[in-house]
Amino acid sequence: MMKSLPITIDSVRKTYGSYVALDDVSLDIQAGEFLTLLGPSGSGKTTLLMALAGFVRPDSGKLLLDDRDITRLAPNKRDIGIVFQNYALFPHMNVLANVEYPLVLRKTPKAEARQRALDTLVRVKLEGLAERNIAALSGGQRQRVALARAIVFEPRVMLMDEPLSALDKNLRETMQYEIRRLHDDLGITTIYVTHDQREALIMSDRIAVMNSGRIQQIDTPQRIYDRPSTRFVAEFMGEANIVAPGSARRIDGADASREALMIRAECFHLDAKLVGPDGVALEGTLRAKAFRGENWLLTLALDGGQEILVCIPAALASGCAELAAGQRVTAYAPAAKVHAIPGVVA
Amino acid sequence: MTVLADPALAADARRERRFFLSLSLPALFIVGLAAILPILWIIRQSFLTTGGEYTVGNYEKVLSSGLTWSALVTTLELSLGTLAICILLGTPLALALASARPRVANLLMAFVMLPLWTSILVRTYGWLVLLRRDGLINATLTGSGLTAEPLPLVYNFTGTLIGMVHYMLPLFLLPVYAAMRDIDANLVRASASMGATLGQTIRTVILPLSAGGIFSGSIIVFIYTIGFFITPAVLGGGKVNPLSTRIERTLSTFQDWGSASVLGILLLVLMALVGVMFLAARRLIAGRSIGTAHA
Repeated sequence: MMKSLPITIDSVRKTYGSYVALDDVSLDIQAGEFLTLLGPSGSGKTTLLMALAGFVRPDSGKLLLDDRDITRLAPNKRDIGIVFQNYALFPHMNVLANVEYPLVLRKTPKAEARQRALDTLVRVKLEGLAERNIAALSGGQRQRVALARAIVFEPRVMLMDEPLSALDKNLRETMQYEIRRLHDDLGITTIYVTHDQREALIMSDRIAVMNSGRIQQIDTPQRIYDRPSTRFVAEFMGEANIVAPGSARRIDGADASREALMIRAECFHLDAKLVGPDGVALEGTLRAKAFRGENWLLTLALDGGQEILVCIPAALASGCAELAAGQRVTAYAPAAKVHAIPGVVA
Repeated sequence: MTVLADPALAADARRERRFFLSLSLPALFIVGLAAILPILWIIRQSFLTTGGEYTVGNYEKVLSSGLTWSALVTTLELSLGTLAICILLGTPLALALASARPRVANLLMAFVMLPLWTSILVRTYGWLVLLRRDGLINATLTGSGLTAEPLPLVYNFTGTLIGMVHYMLPLFLLPVYAAMRDIDANLVRASASMGATLGQTIRTVILPLSAGGIFSGSIIVFIYTIGFFITPAVLGGGKVNPLSTRIERTLSTFQDWGSASVLGILLLVLMALVGVMFLAARRLIAGRSIGTAHA
């Protein structure tokens, strides 16, 4: 296992004219951590990654690798492995030459460079393809070459910029597990950029959700999903219903929260017995229903006029097929799945 | 190709192919009229005496003349000299343009293209004004005391070369710039992230990937310069005589169409030879660069 290092991002700011790409972003990443920067396009996640790589110069702020200031260090002196969105493989070199490239630059003896490159190709399951040309590889294979090239020189930090966005769904899921396994084997500090919230949930130790150049929330995947700290995070992470305090009542009749409540669509039940007495009930008129295979999606119009999404797993949805639009439906959610977003009034 | 079972569909497919081929007819017609016919005519002329009888005498006369061979050497010296200077000046310039911000690059490109919009005659005489013994450059040099005597900058090989480089540089630059601009910026970043210095990135990534553009530019420079006439005629002062000026002199002084045709064919053969050499070299280099990472 190689020695990995912690990273400190200290109030980094970057503007392009009047556009603020990074608005005083601060973030501590622990040694060996897998941290995902998650956000929509234009949220600043790639800018932050490129600043760490050295291709974007911050207007102000500091970047520390361990306790060494790398803010003004040239990219080629940072010893950071990068996997680019479009892989950025050298088309005029074959697979082996691409993977050997960082070692050749480091004047590694020829035989050793070859051996390490071949070993790394085995690690990413590309044995036997060393002599292939890049043009003759599939998207998934290119992805693996890019990974091999980024880890072969044992960098202390790895940056990945939406590395899976060009792959089809099945391959993407396989690669998610493989990248995470590779990270666990190597123990290398990894910063991963994606706009896919599922990918972030599956892969990360922690997720930093970004929007408009700011970090909205940094937390474990579970807390980000269940306990979002802002409305943006709640809605970005999944099918979130944010309902006004008056629309929900406690099943046991106690006083309900005075703040807006966030309830994920899949946390509802149609049977009050499945929810404890401290849970909440929302009553409304069925507007639409859709069968999605593993679940039913119901659209309810609450009495205040607000529409909520209710997702019932197919196994528990025996009555859903018979429901008709216009019918009164009550949806129940257990207390543990009802989250009051601080400071948000729906 | 797919086999279409239905004869009607097959006929449609054939008609479509014929239509698209027919689009090239006007171009083929003009090339035939303006290039192939004259070449055939020149080949015929080269085998005729002034009296119109068949002979190989023209070839014997031209190929045994020392003037022909010295003209051939001058032609090659001018072409290869221009090419070498274009590569030395143009490649770094293309790199600078390709890495400049788009607005700056466009502005610089306009400066590069400006000479192309000016007539070659005007430009050539412009150089005469600058390079003469009492011209602007020599006046500045002697006036500032940098040189005691005016430098011989024109009416010689140097002057001709300056004029030719000035004409060819934009034409060389265009394909090289296009090739470099097409290189994915992430390749350069990837190279740097793996530890390459700028010099190493240029050597191992940028130059190999723009080799195609450099070859295209080189072929353009060579094919243009091998038949250059005005620049050597004006800036050479009669002392620089490539094949083109020999052809002109053979015609204007001796009205010897036979010998002039032989010289013309010599130029054509030279061009074909160099073209084949360039293509062979290109294939060789392309074959070698795959599978090696010399840093």
